[in-house]
Amino acid sequence: MEILLQQIINGLVLGSMYALVALGYTMVYGIINLINFAHGEVLMVGALTSWTIIGLMRDAWPTSPGWLVLFVALIISCVVASVLNFVIEKVAYRPLRNSPKLAPLITAIGMSILLQTLAMIIWKPNYKPYPTLLPSAPLQIGGAVITPTQILILGLTAVSLAVLMWLVNYTKLGRAMRATAENPRVAALMGVKPDMVISATFVIGAVLATIAGVMYASNYGTVQHTMGFLPGLKAFTAAVFGGIGNLAGAVVGGILLGLIESIGSGYIGVLTGGVFGSNYSDIFAFIVLIIILTLRPSGLLGERVADRA
Amino acid sequence: MKSTNTKLLIGAVALLVLPLILQGFGNAWVRIADMALLYVLLALGLNIVVGYAGLLDLGYVAFFAVGAYMFGLMASPQLSDNFPAFAAMFPNGLHSPLWLIVPLGAGLAGLFGILLGAPTLKLRGDYLAIVTLGFGEIIRVFMNNLDHPINITNGPKGLGQIDSIKFFGLDLGKNLDIGSYTLSSVSLYYYLFLVLVVVSVIICHRLQLSRIGRAWMAIREDEIAAKAMGINTRNMKLLAFGMGATFGGVSGTMFAAFQGFVSPESFSLMESVMIVAMVVLGGIGHLPGVILGAVLLSALPEVLRYVAGPLQAMTGGRLDSAILRQLLIALAMIVVMLVRPRGLWPAPDHGKSLQAK
Repeated sequence: MEILLQQIINGLVLGSMYALVALGYTMVYGIINLINFAHGEVLMVGALTSWTIIGLMRDAWPTSPGWLVLFVALIISCVVASVLNFVIEKVAYRPLRNSPKLAPLITAIGMSILLQTLAMIIWKPNYKPYPTLLPSAPLQIGGAVITPTQILILGLTAVSLAVLMWLVNYTKLGRAMRATAENPRVAALMGVKPDMVISATFVIGAVLATIAGVMYASNYGTVQHTMGFLPGLKAFTAAVFGGIGNLAGAVVGGILLGLIESIGSGYIGVLTGGVFGSNYSDIFAFIVLIIILTLRPSGLLGERVADRA
Repeated sequence: MKSTNTKLLIGAVALLVLPLILQGFGNAWVRIADMALLYVLLALGLNIVVGYAGLLDLGYVAFFAVGAYMFGLMASPQLSDNFPAFAAMFPNGLHSPLWLIVPLGAGLAGLFGILLGAPTLKLRGDYLAIVTLGFGEIIRVFMNNLDHPINITNGPKGLGQIDSIKFFGLDLGKNLDIGSYTLSSVSLYYYLFLVLVVVSVIICHRLQLSRIGRAWMAIREDEIAAKAMGINTRNMKLLAFGMGATFGGVSGTMFAAFQGFVSPESFSLMESVMIVAMVVLGGIGHLPGVILGAVLLSALPEVLRYVAGPLQAMTGGRLDSAILRQLLIALAMIVVMLVRPRGLWPAPDHGKSLQAK
């Protein structure tokens, strides 16, 4: 029972990180119909930037409180990642908006490789320890443990989601985003500037990805230039799982995926008598994806974007 | 007409003497040409799925892996080393003949292709892309972990000591002496791969003109209309997956024999992505374009490896040849798409789904 509770906590933490990244995918897909393969790399750049900032701050002000360092690093990395994502969209995706469908997909893949390579040149390819900035003493909940970092992850995710929902549902920008997702041309006729909306979407996506990246790094304690790839892939799976283009779907998909993955890898050894171990945990996401899409081709909650060829 | 024939002849002669010239500069150069031909083979196979039928497959390398592991298992000591039953039957190790392994590898890969295709028939565009991507990852994770509890794939260590290709008494793994002239092993492989590529190009070309090819293209352009015209879209899509996968399986067996070693590392998502990039970059659905894309993306970065030395020295070792290669591939993908979104050498008569929206 303790194992189950522990795996549920781990799953929620993992899932909320997937959810944050999945939102970025789903917003971009909902509006410009692009699988932004470079989104996981934005997460990576955010996390590595925060690692550098933390190092600099610790050098300049050794006695600074951990939470403050983490907070400042998070803010600065969000700004860096936002600018980066803004520029990427402008340079690599915008000129291709009316091109054959595969063209922007290929530039997105190219961008993902480019960012990884540049990160490898800038930050060197080795794994870097990510400092523990919050108190590390875990809290006990009914036999399971949860660290302050994990509590922070859950809290930050909840806050980010609330802010995003408010932004999308109650602000002018949100209305413009929804209108553009529905039909960019008609939205433009109504005075919405689609280019601006799309840029804003990329900036918001970058902020969410950076929050996830910094939390991911704090939770696992290492950063490296390839760290964005797998979370990015799984977050996309989560977005498809929930029904791509559907914000609530991305959140539900992310959290469910996190739970499936962590409960699955916790029990697969027991269930199969040790034949399959937790080294198979990475494929749960994909197996779930294939099953869900076979049964419900438009995801769990259905896709919000209109049907298109 | 006459000028096309002359061009073809010149092209053929050039392709035939290429390894003999490259051999003079060292076998590494012939190796690059060999790998380029293998990638052409893969790109041709993927072109059937993506270019003709319009099904974006991001897990294509899985079929390559299936073929490669098939050859690896059936022509190396792996199974005999790990299973006493096999060792009893084949005391000298399992060295199955080529005529058995290649069809088996191709068939198994084709079967996997259909297995992947079956549940994804309902899916459109990007969903399909992500499911195929997941399929590729599943295969890779299995290859990586099936060394325990029973050792089938030898895990991340990979399979070694794989036999070279032998047929009619000719061993492609050894240099061939013709009188006083030595034809190196890599050059022999070059000719084998060249034959395979030529055969594949002919098959693809005939397919494109056939009823099947037309049906695929009809599905690519407008699936509902194709269905309304009486095309069995389900069977046609499965056929495209199966055919494409078969090509992947054959190239996989060739790859295993050529390298003498397979490990999961060669079948990462990155490889799938590279093959898609070759097809799209060259000119999707257009055979000369696909070949151009495959040769450019596979050979150029390798050639650059040799000129990367000075650059590496200039940047204090940070920019080594592998990084430079990746950087160039990434930039090529971005820049080519920005400048020529339909590919470097697009088909003259493109369908509407591949043109501007």
